[in-house]
Amino acid sequence: MSKNKSLIIGMTFLVLIASIVFIGSTAIAQDRLVLATTTSTENSGLLDVLIPPFEEKYNARVDVVSVGTGKAISLAENGDADIILVHARDAENEFVEAGFGVNRRDVMYNDFIILGPASDPAGVKGMENASEAFSEIAQSNSSFVSRGDDSGTNKKELSIWASTDVEPSGNWYIETGQGMGASLNVANEKEAYILADRGTYLAYSSDLDIEILVEGDSELFNPYGIIPVNPAYHTHVNYQMAMSFVGYITSHQGQKIISEYTAYGKVLFYPSAIRPKDMK
Amino acid sequence: MNYIFIALRDAFKLIITLDPEVSNVVGTSLKLSLTSTFFAALLGIPLGILISKIEFKGKYLLNTILNTLLSLPTVVLGLFVYSVISRRGIFGEWGLLFTNKGIIIGQVLLILPIVVALVRNAIHDVDEKMYKTAISLGATGSQKFRLLISEARYGIIGALITSYGRVIGEVGVSMMLGGNIKGFTRTITTAIAMETNKGRFSFALALGIILLSISFIINFILYYFQSGESK
Repeated sequence: MSKNKSLIIGMTFLVLIASIVFIGSTAIAQDRLVLATTTSTENSGLLDVLIPPFEEKYNARVDVVSVGTGKAISLAENGDADIILVHARDAENEFVEAGFGVNRRDVMYNDFIILGPASDPAGVKGMENASEAFSEIAQSNSSFVSRGDDSGTNKKELSIWASTDVEPSGNWYIETGQGMGASLNVANEKEAYILADRGTYLAYSSDLDIEILVEGDSELFNPYGIIPVNPAYHTHVNYQMAMSFVGYITSHQGQKIISEYTAYGKVLFYPSAIRPKDMK
Repeated sequence: MNYIFIALRDAFKLIITLDPEVSNVVGTSLKLSLTSTFFAALLGIPLGILISKIEFKGKYLLNTILNTLLSLPTVVLGLFVYSVISRRGIFGEWGLLFTNKGIIIGQVLLILPIVVALVRNAIHDVDEKMYKTAISLGATGSQKFRLLISEARYGIIGALITSYGRVIGEVGVSMMLGGNIKGFTRTITTAIAMETNKGRFSFALALGIILLSISFIINFILYYFQSGESK
């Protein structure tokens, strides 16, 4: 029998661990709110300071699942999230019109920027119109990196291309199918132009040679909205807690946390549920 | 480009200061991978023995399918399980998505083929003569079973170590079914993926170093038991 010793020891070990997991997993009895949001929001670190006061006040646990805007919306449509915090106005409107979400509210905004190599072969530096800058980039045959992942940033980029005469395809148009950070690295390696959200760019800026060339166009405005999933459509969702969260994030307290949040020494988001003059 | 050195320093710092977030992530990874390995072993070891010892129609096909499943991409399996446990799926009512149980289901399905295939091979390699001798000497069913297990024990342990290594290192299933939720379903690998996305390469590498260190310790202990008794 001693030959079996190692096997027995191994199995006992595994059984012990397995039982710990099951005892542990039944101990949670808090109210749970599943928030599907975009990677740019989660990666900014804002939610780490915005969510804990809410959790404490409502004795709830907010589980943040961060994916692209497109996927966050699909998760909510399937009833796998209670609420979404995303940035793609047209897709948000479709989501609400189709009856998947209710009570959409504006939360905050930041902006997109167009980055490119310092040599700027397309000569777009300092331009004030994003759509003209895109046309110049395409005409100069410079490389352009697209995320191509149905994220909020990707949707914005495609809407800017749609406002030009250019069809974004060909050798110069590189679709990575990856997140913002990975795509920024690709643009950097290939000395290409790219549209990025400011927060992710700031996080990566120390490792990048490409720089900000175009900013400030109203077209580059990046508003974030919050939408609870419609309880009439998905009856199991935690709608009350979702509405409490909407109330909190658009309240004076929530908006103040957003306006005061800084990362890399810069303000990343500007609150939009309350007028700036009322924030004092 | 001195990520490696920064990573080594960070990893060391995170380990000695027992960083609460890192310990939480490490704990989740360990719990999940050991639980998944346990359930895969519970189902897989008997199945592997059965497939090896029993002759039946379609065995060739079954073995081929089993070997094919060894190359199953984690994302494909994750998508499949997602479609089943999503609120719109057949088991949607159970609310398994974005929980540890959801991850365990995915991971067990991921490594079950590995356990079955490797146990099958290990049993197959057991000396046929000894097994037949035992039968001719009138070994009972349970004695035959014990003989097989003890003769194939290195192969079986090897199967479990391989499976454990596959789950603790995989990211697709944990990410899709767990959702990388902070303090709940965030594992070492999903944290590595997230930190890489954030541009914190050295921190991601530090987590990678921690993961490998943990695997080293576990394998060291297991190898000690194996070699300790063969002396």
